Amino acid sequence: MTRTWIILGATSAMARAFARQIAERGDTLLLAGRDMDELKALAADLSARGAAGAEAIRFDARDAKTFAPILRKVELEPGEINVAVFVGSMPPQAQIDADPSLIDTVATDNFSGPARFLATLLPVMEARACGTVVGVTSVAGDRGRIGNYTYGAAKSAFATYLSGLRNRLTRAGGHVVTVKPGFVDTAMTWGVEGMFLVAAPEKVARAIVKAVEKQRNVIYTPGFWWVIMTIIKLIPERIFKKLSI
Amino acid sequence: MLWKTADYAGWGRVHTARGQIARPERAAQLAQLMEETPAPAMGMRRSYNDSLLNDGGRIIDMTRMDKILAFDPETGVVEVEAGMQIGELVRLFAPRGWIPAVVPGTGFPTVGGAIAHDIHGKNHHVLGSFGQHVLSVTLLQPGGGRVVASPARNKTLFRATMGGIGQTGVILSARLQMIATPGTSMRVKETRVENFDEFLALLDASTFRYNVGWIDGTATGAAMGRGILEEAELTDGPQRRALPAVTVPLDLPSFALSAPTVKLFNAAYWRKVPSRGNVSVMPIAAHVFPLDKLYDWNRLYGKRGFHQFQCVVPVENADVLKQIVAKISRSGLASPLAVIKRMGEGRAGMLSFPMEGYTLAIDFPAREKAEVLIAELEAMTVEAGGRLYLGKDALASGATIKAMYPEWEAWAAEAEKADPEGLLITDMVRRLHLRGTA
Repeated sequence: MTRTWIILGATSAMARAFARQIAERGDTLLLAGRDMDELKALAADLSARGAAGAEAIRFDARDAKTFAPILRKVELEPGEINVAVFVGSMPPQAQIDADPSLIDTVATDNFSGPARFLATLLPVMEARACGTVVGVTSVAGDRGRIGNYTYGAAKSAFATYLSGLRNRLTRAGGHVVTVKPGFVDTAMTWGVEGMFLVAAPEKVARAIVKAVEKQRNVIYTPGFWWVIMTIIKLIPERIFKKLSI
Repeated sequence: MLWKTADYAGWGRVHTARGQIARPERAAQLAQLMEETPAPAMGMRRSYNDSLLNDGGRIIDMTRMDKILAFDPETGVVEVEAGMQIGELVRLFAPRGWIPAVVPGTGFPTVGGAIAHDIHGKNHHVLGSFGQHVLSVTLLQPGGGRVVASPARNKTLFRATMGGIGQTGVILSARLQMIATPGTSMRVKETRVENFDEFLALLDASTFRYNVGWIDGTATGAAMGRGILEEAELTDGPQRRALPAVTVPLDLPSFALSAPTVKLFNAAYWRKVPSRGNVSVMPIAAHVFPLDKLYDWNRLYGKRGFHQFQCVVPVENADVLKQIVAKISRSGLASPLAVIKRMGEGRAGMLSFPMEGYTLAIDFPAREKAEVLIAELEAMTVEAGGRLYLGKDALASGATIKAMYPEWEAWAAEAEKADPEGLLITDMVRRLHLRGTA
């Protein structure tokens, strides 16, 4: 069966690494994002790497009008429809404190924008009774920490949404993979202080491809983040509230 | 966050720098950087020396600018962004019948770095240098100007860019003519070589398109200059399974590569090839990138790092090369990594390394004794009318290098034109006073 992947936020380093890996096995790619010049260049790159087809299309998590054209395009593709959500934004917490209206944009970029897109795509996937949703959230969503709890809250909301979506899509024959990366070496973390055990985007992408193949539900990547987050989640709140981790 | 302050170094880790690094991921970001805050570029940092450093200043990390912009399966012409790695081109295109015409001894270098040093490979005697297969290059110059240069258009700029150590602009992308390959394998013939004279005779007589010699830099007396000659051709033959990659997890202590260990290792390595020779078929990468399965092997030399001495001497002065090898063998300072090769005359730029002759490359742990030895080897290279390689040398003086590269003034003039404010000047250009403003 032919496979088509919609990649939301395709110009990010993690998305690009993931798209390259599935391009090499000959899938069709619909690259969605805001920077059309870059998306077109990426489409050429993925075609040269072996994608059956690669096309750029506009997507803005903050502009729901961009959703329908993607849907119309993807409905014309035969076979399995898949989607991978790499969109998100992480302004420093201090910047959010100075301008609380950023809470809305963080919530839109990391949760409500992609959730709304997935909600419109869901009937198409259900009708075809197959396909996978990959949702990239973050270990930051596992517990609210002083450094980035707005971003964490939005990622946590998205993870909860994905959990419910899995519940629903599984009944129709599809699947949802929730991906919780730790620190990844991307433009988002470049030069940000306090980063450690930073993983290469290619490594994270490989883990995602494998999780899709094995129909995993929730993955931490790299895997050791499961251990770190399990410990962090176990810390009693009365102690946790005094920590700055 | 656009700029990150960090320490960084070349592969040899002798010279280090601290400064602000930007790592653009999109063409628009890079264009903006070159307009507003122009800086020199670096790739995978496989140059051994300070050619990629800008201590106290800014530098642009090009490794995320690695897209294929166009590929024509009929002609083998590929256009890539400068951060594309050579080994990735081999991996992606060999199954489709094409590989880069010139590949270095490791797959990690970027196309931008390969151009900036006009690198050579095991087939230099047949196909020349990397820059001779560059159809055109697109540069971003300080101020944001975008210039295309090719052997036909902006000729002088093109010759100043091939091997031009990044001084004519940041390389955004290049169009490369790849060569056809019948398959993804190489048939490799290994021959034991008893001494230096036999080595030169065998290299001269070799009819293979790829050849290189491993030389035992510790053997003395009658065995001085012994080694293994590796000759290879591209083939579609079946191959043995590739070994998994491993990483050197820590800086080894300095005794790891001490004289007795190296001598023992080299003797065993030499005997590994039976006296009647050996033929095997392996993946292309396994032959051309022998050390790539050992990530971070530069850590074997410990924290102080190492030098690679690489010279080329004209054919008629091969006797000086023999004296150089003899001197190295007597010193007891060599590491196991030493190669010798016959070069053709192919070179693409004003500061290109190759000349018709023999090239020798050998690693030394960075110690004072080694630096004294390298200074002597440098003097012998000058005497032989030879040249040092700008991608490797970390010790030479400006006067020495300028004497070896007669076109440097023409090159410097072209660099001044492209970068009048000297915003692309690197630590190596400063060390060697290669430009008027440096």
